[in-house]
Amino acid sequence: MTAYLKLDHIDKSFARGGQVSEVLKDIRLTIDKGEFVSIIGHSGCGKSTLLNLIAGLTKVTSGAVLLEDKEVDSPGPERAVVFQNHSLLPWLTVYENINLAVSKVFGRTRSRAERHDWIMRNLDLVQMAHARDKRPAEISGGMKQRVGIARALAMEPKILLLDEPFGALDALTRAHLQDAVMDIHSRLGSTTIMITHDVDEAVLLSDRIVMMTNGPAATIGEVLPVPLARPRHRVELSSDRTFLRCREAVLKFLYERHRFVEAAE
Amino acid sequence: MSIQVIEDTKVKAFPTPAKPAEVIAFTAKVRRRFDSAAIAGKLASTLVPPAVVIVVMLVIWQIACSSPNASLPPPSQVWNEAYDLIAHPFFDYGPQDIGLAWRVLISLQRVAIGFGLAAIVGVALGALVGQSIWAMRGLDPVFQILRTVPPLAWLPLSLAAFRDSSPSAIFVIFITSIWPVIINTAVGVRNIPEDYRNVSRILRLNQLEFFVKIMVPAAAPYIFTGLRIGIGLSWLAIVAAEMLTGGVGIGFFIWDAWNSSRLPDIIVALAYIGVTGFCLDRLVAAVGAFVTRGTTAK
Repeated sequence: MTAYLKLDHIDKSFARGGQVSEVLKDIRLTIDKGEFVSIIGHSGCGKSTLLNLIAGLTKVTSGAVLLEDKEVDSPGPERAVVFQNHSLLPWLTVYENINLAVSKVFGRTRSRAERHDWIMRNLDLVQMAHARDKRPAEISGGMKQRVGIARALAMEPKILLLDEPFGALDALTRAHLQDAVMDIHSRLGSTTIMITHDVDEAVLLSDRIVMMTNGPAATIGEVLPVPLARPRHRVELSSDRTFLRCREAVLKFLYERHRFVEAAE
Repeated sequence: MSIQVIEDTKVKAFPTPAKPAEVIAFTAKVRRRFDSAAIAGKLASTLVPPAVVIVVMLVIWQIACSSPNASLPPPSQVWNEAYDLIAHPFFDYGPQDIGLAWRVLISLQRVAIGFGLAAIVGVALGALVGQSIWAMRGLDPVFQILRTVPPLAWLPLSLAAFRDSSPSAIFVIFITSIWPVIINTAVGVRNIPEDYRNVSRILRLNQLEFFVKIMVPAAAPYIFTGLRIGIGLSWLAIVAAEMLTGGVGIGFFIWDAWNSSRLPDIIVALAYIGVTGFCLDRLVAAVGAFVTRGTTAK
């Protein structure tokens, strides 16, 4: 069986004024359909760059991103991104923001009524149907991120890419959204890649955790499977032995073997 | 367990604000009564000071120009001699003898055409310059030089090119008001957040969709700043251009009045020009505020 998504010997370096800085080196990873994979690492290790490469927003220097055995090198709605700062267009309402995506992706294949139903279904999925006519400025940060997730899901992506989606949120809102994402993942079975720097979040949500070494020339240091049954509940897991063992493994990787060196920044 | 508890409090939380909503409606009424008084007070505080200043200025002017050998007419003389212009802005006694409001409207029509063209071309060029680094490198120096040319310096050239006064005046307005539109639009487009561009790339919006759905709304606050400066400049330019090209606009009226030594008429015309320019500025500002109401908020 071939992999759903394959990162095949990816190198990425940025050239600036004759100086070439190597950001990612020899990234090899395969992801199965329906899998939830987290990428964790210290800041500056290039994990956001890796996500941008998969999204096609930046081009690989060498190697290839293969989705269903086809190389992808430009962005597209089948790899929808949820951005850290939501990136909703402030002049459009919640509904219109999603409509922008839906009418672009399904404008030819679905009727107006079908598109409307689809938008409302996705808003219901993130429990934001009540705010359909509000503008982003009128809703809270957590709500904006919910709408951002709804917009990404509405594109019916093959892969959902989450770029530190909860990074800017307070702890309680973050927990609510994590539950929402777990719920959506279990219902839709969407293949998901999430960038995070939160160890608990990674263990709670993921099937596998990809741990990145520090840059420059960062690479995948270790891949940790999380053998926890779904559905997962954060309160029950807080004393679960497997959960704690996984958490410890990630913490050891990040803080003992690949400690963040501030001077490297 | 704990999730249920949270949900319970949520459900309970909803009916509680529903009841005070009635109370809020009641206080809103009370507030409205307060508001009428507040609005009256606010109106008084904005209208009384300028009224006082105008009265004081008129008195000083009256005293200064009252001596028999004064070169300019005092306000009382303006009122007496130009009364028909002040009281009847819309009279029409033949092709060259019409009320000042008609003349202002004719000038405004020229401004509408010239400024309208400048707005369309300016936003398009500004978008190009803001979007493409090579367009900026090539065009920006040219723009920076051309924009310093005074409006009237274009007039002889445009008269030679168009061989007619009306399109020449319109061209002068166009060339005067286009620079701030171009420059501000370009700055606005350059400041579009990278995230909005990424959204459009993931959605695979084409150039036209990106322009209409992302670029124009995102740059709207900048575009309207440019438009507001542009309309002010074009109103400055039309009066000057009409003084030279003739016709029936407000600018030519001033020149005509000067040639027949009707100084009171000139003073009335200046008041018309000032008030119209003020209204134009406020109009563009109001349209801008309405159109960009969602865009500046984070």
